[in-house]
Order: sequence, then C-alpha cells, then structure tokens
Amino acid sequence: MSRYLIPLIAFAILIPVFIIGLDPERNVNELPSPFIGKPAPTFELPTLKDPARSVGSANFEGQAVLVNVWATWCVGCRQEHNFLLQLEESGTIPIYGINWRDTRPEALGWLEQLGDPYVASADDRDGRVGIDWGVYGAPETFLIGADGTVLYKHLGPLNWPIWERDFVPLLTSTEVDR
Amino acid sequence: MKFWLSCLALVLVTGTSLAIDTSESFDDPEMQARYEKIVEEVRCLKCQNATLKDSPATLAADLRREIRRMVEEGMSDDEIFDFLVDRYGEFALYRPRASGRTLVLWVIPVLLLLGGAFLLANIVRQRMAMPIDDDVDEKD
Repeated sequence: MSRYLIPLIAFAILIPVFIIGLDPERNVNELPSPFIGKPAPTFELPTLKDPARSVGSANFEGQAVLVNVWATWCVGCRQEHNFLLQLEESGTIPIYGINWRDTRPEALGWLEQLGDPYVASADDRDGRVGIDWGVYGAPETFLIGADGTVLYKHLGPLNWPIWERDFVPLLTSTEVDR
Repeated sequence: MKFWLSCLALVLVTGTSLAIDTSESFDDPEMQARYEKIVEEVRCLKCQNATLKDSPATLAADLRREIRRMVEEGMSDDEIFDFLVDRYGEFALYRPRASGRTLVLWVIPVLLLLGGAFLLANIVRQRMAMPIDDDVDEKD
C-alpha cells in the first residue's frame, strides 16, 4: 500500500501546479501589482495640452478616478480607446491619462484624431512617473479609490466585459463606504 | 594579406556584439562595479527572461538610468532593491530575498533535500535488515 502512497502524494501536488500553470486564461505577462491596497504614488507633471499647467495626484482629491497609462506607439491603447471614450461619455468616473514615453506632437495628434476621453493627460516623456507607478507595459489602468488608495490595476486593453467583471464591483463597494 | 583580412573580419564580427547598455561608465570604479552588479540582478519587466543589463527594451533603459542616478546619489544596494521591489514586486529580483512570500522559494529545496535524505535512510535501513542469503536468489 505504502509503495503507492508517495507517487500518489506527488501526483496530488502536481495537479494544482498544472491546473494553474496551464490555465489558458492566464496572462504570463501579468504581474501582481505591489500597489493594490496602498496609497497611489503621488505625481505632478505638465499637462499634454498646456505644458504651463500641471496635473497630478492633487487633482484626484476625494473622488474615485481612473488613471490610464497610454502612448501613441502602443497598439493596445488604440484598441481600448473607443471603450475609454464610451466610459467617459457615460459619466461613471473621471479618467486621467499618463502619456508615457511619447512625443507631444504625436500624442496631441492622437487625441485630436481619435477623441479625448481624459480630464487631462500628464506628459511623462522620460518615463519617470511611469517607474514610480510600476508601469511596465502600456496600456495599464489603475482604479484609485476616493481615499487615494489603489483598488485595482489592469494590464492590457480594457473593454466593457472586463470593466463589468473587474472594476464595477469595486466601484459600487467603495461608493457604499462613503 | 590573410592576416589583415582576418583582422578585418574580427572587427566586423565584434562590432555586432556591441553592448546594449551604451551609457558612459562612472568615474569611480567602485560605483561602476556596484552598478554592473545591480543591473545583472534585476529582471527586465518587459522581456521577463532578460536582465536589465541585457534587455534592449526602453523600460530597461529607463530603469538603468534610475539605478545609475541612485548609485550616484550614494544609495545602498538594499535601498535600490527596495526601490524596485516597491514598484515592481519581488518578481523584479533574480535573487529573491528570504522574506515573506518568497520564503517558500528558499524553504522548498531544503525540505526536498531533507525528504530525500529521510527516504534514502529508510531504504538503506530496510536493506540492511534483510538477510544476506545469496543461495535463495540462485535457487529461484
């Protein structure tokens, strides 16, 4: 009996490893963000539209916001752009942009051509704020609660199903808290 | 002639293996050594199986720039690793530290080794207890 016990135990250990490792839904590029549940990193940068004005964490005070990291060289950003426009139109939540490692003329052209869903976009040309936010691949979207903590981070293009599944439950629960 | 041709070939070949990190070296050799050690121990988050030193990604270049700045500012290795872990998680380090969730990574090999030693000891003890009787085997 006991000679079968050890292979059985090894099998029992391997099964969950394979179930997690071979999950087709699993995105191997997605890393757990160390920011969830912690205060969002503060930042202040010139806005894209008017470099004389600045935008940053100070603008979020007291309200839940979405912070979307985007760039014109980023294909996924183009994919999610229509969703962001629709979300902005629905008036659910203010969206702030961080224009990451981009050039100003291209970024302005993008907003003019495709529409501008953002309250304001910060111009993070050298990627320094991106590092503070642990950004490693645009698009990335952070949900910041009214108290300034990071509630959720999504890697990759957003769409309505993802929004309904991952963001909406968090939004409603924080509204109850207030 | 042949010699010079091979010299030329050598120059052409080595030209393609230029380092990815094109930043200037530090004036202080000690800082340079620290910088080189750190960029070899940090994962490029964009291309996850490369170190910062080997990665051509722009993010890696940004992170090298930040590490360079921190080395220049005289931050200790641990402070620099903390900076990276705070932003990107323990995953950023190729040599995870023995604390919290990463403790598992350090404990499992020890447990496996102990388990193996235990099994081995058991098997050896069982065999030692068996009677040494060659005749039995031969008659079978």
